[in-house]
Amino acid sequence: MAHIATFTRSTPDTAARVWVDDNGEVTWGDVATVVNPWDEYSLEETIVQAKSCGGDSTVIAIGGAINDDALKHSIAMGLQNALRIDEPGADMHDSLVWSALAAGAIRKLDDVDLIIFGKESVDVATDQHTFQLARRLGWTMLSYVAAIIDIDFEARAITVEKTLEQGKQTVAARLPAVISVMKGINDPRYPNFLGIRKAAKARIPVWSADDLGLTLPRPATAVLRYMNPPARDVSTEIVHGENVDAKAESLVARLLEEKVL
Amino acid sequence: MSVFVWIETFSGQVVPGSWEALSAARILAKGDDLDVVALLFGTDDHAIIEDSHQRGAATCLVCSDETLLDYRLETYSTLLGELVKSRRPRAVVSAATNRGRELLASAAGDTESGLLSDVIDLRVEEGMIIGARAAYAGKVLMEMTANTNTAFVTVRGRAFPAAPRDDQRQGTIERVAPAPSSDAMPTEVLDFKSESGTISLADAAIIVSGGRGMASNPAEAPENLDGEEATIWKAKHGFANTLSPLAEILGAAIGASRAAVDAGYIPYEHQVGQTGKVVTPDLYIACGISGAIQHQAGMRNSKIIVAINKDADAPIFKLARYGIVGDLYEIVPALTAALNKQLR
Repeated sequence: MAHIATFTRSTPDTAARVWVDDNGEVTWGDVATVVNPWDEYSLEETIVQAKSCGGDSTVIAIGGAINDDALKHSIAMGLQNALRIDEPGADMHDSLVWSALAAGAIRKLDDVDLIIFGKESVDVATDQHTFQLARRLGWTMLSYVAAIIDIDFEARAITVEKTLEQGKQTVAARLPAVISVMKGINDPRYPNFLGIRKAAKARIPVWSADDLGLTLPRPATAVLRYMNPPARDVSTEIVHGENVDAKAESLVARLLEEKVL
Repeated sequence: MSVFVWIETFSGQVVPGSWEALSAARILAKGDDLDVVALLFGTDDHAIIEDSHQRGAATCLVCSDETLLDYRLETYSTLLGELVKSRRPRAVVSAATNRGRELLASAAGDTESGLLSDVIDLRVEEGMIIGARAAYAGKVLMEMTANTNTAFVTVRGRAFPAAPRDDQRQGTIERVAPAPSSDAMPTEVLDFKSESGTISLADAAIIVSGGRGMASNPAEAPENLDGEEATIWKAKHGFANTLSPLAEILGAAIGASRAAVDAGYIPYEHQVGQTGKVVTPDLYIACGISGAIQHQAGMRNSKIIVAINKDADAPIFKLARYGIVGDLYEIVPALTAALNKQLR
């Protein structure tokens, strides 16, 4: 039976103000977290693909208990199994540490054929961990997928449409594979009542590096400091004029002065 | 020691971000007095080699083996990983394009090296390479360093100036053999649909964006459409016939708010914001965009922001240097006409 895995994490609500506090830590006050916005699409795609092949689906988070919210939301959407990997003291912001733990989880599950990621994680603002997981597993990586055209788990084959800056590319590859999907690939569902009830009752197993038989790599990066972006220092000038043509000409004159045309 | 920079090509042309990456590589090389080495895979084009030399590469490492003619992540990252292992550069830099991101992340993984992705600023301090980058959708900035022999760095589009040419500069060429590939072609490209003629948002100096307000187009929708379909038709018609002429005369890319994308007015590729693209043009013209915090995350670092909106209280006016309160369907055509007079 086919087994599709996906990874998610809890991130601050997209409308939340996020800032650096006096201790230099990132905070968003007491605003609730949501699933990483890019993962709405990977969760939906995992549910759809698992259903269409009659396979199994597992959602995994790497990190602390804050991620249980994202895992429960995933179950409420329709993911079958949830799992969290936690190793206190490990630097989960380092993509090599993260991908070592993720690879350990996939190896322990043993029967995963396909991993579906959202395009990136909004907190760390990168997708490097997705590629590094694929390399650690030695699996094919298909990034920035706009559509899955065909998957044949029996024949171990997958065909997708990939997004490049210059256009769209149709690519065929072998399973097992890691893919990352773009917004627009599907229309993510909202959890229904039954799903929310299932999620509320779910007990999420937590595995440690020891459980995975792993010695973690040394982090290859270090965060030196977080900073609040400089305030945007603008005084807004509302352009006036007798009519729209006068307003337009007056705006063009100002833009020429600013040397941005 | 040296600083590597991957010169990305597409259809035989260097992508614009690569010359920006070269100027970032020069910053790192200058800090430690190192040579910049340009990596050219799958091309042996003399003009590109000369261009790389003139823009500051002391050496071009060229691998034009036929297995590298078409970009493939597996072959390219294996070769890059091997070059890093054997030559131990201080850093490897590329543009943070889709390919640059995946190539450097993979090779950094293979060599267990630190990667600073999508940086907007770089400096060398006491031998440490420090990169500044955005996190939490641009709501927070962070400074990071890599503590490995080689630091991998991808640079955000338009964060660094393109390295200038100097006709006097010359350099050396070294040809290298491809890495013995461990895979038997696991990926195969079946088809490619070009989106040429459009200017990429990441590279654009000017962006004209449309939002929910695009739906208030006075043009009449065809009679067989009603309700939501008619609204979508009006908005699409507005992007094509009102925003596009303005974008064309400015040489601008077309952007959109999430509201416009989710309503089906324009494809997702154009979305600017938290779940779209983060852009930093010199000029950003927001038409009929209210300026939700998710949209601001994608464009607030534009140099000059112009807001055109009916609602004088729209949050976008707080970010804008210039604002015009009014109907975009009157103002944008007037603006296009005024520019036509000035620029042609």
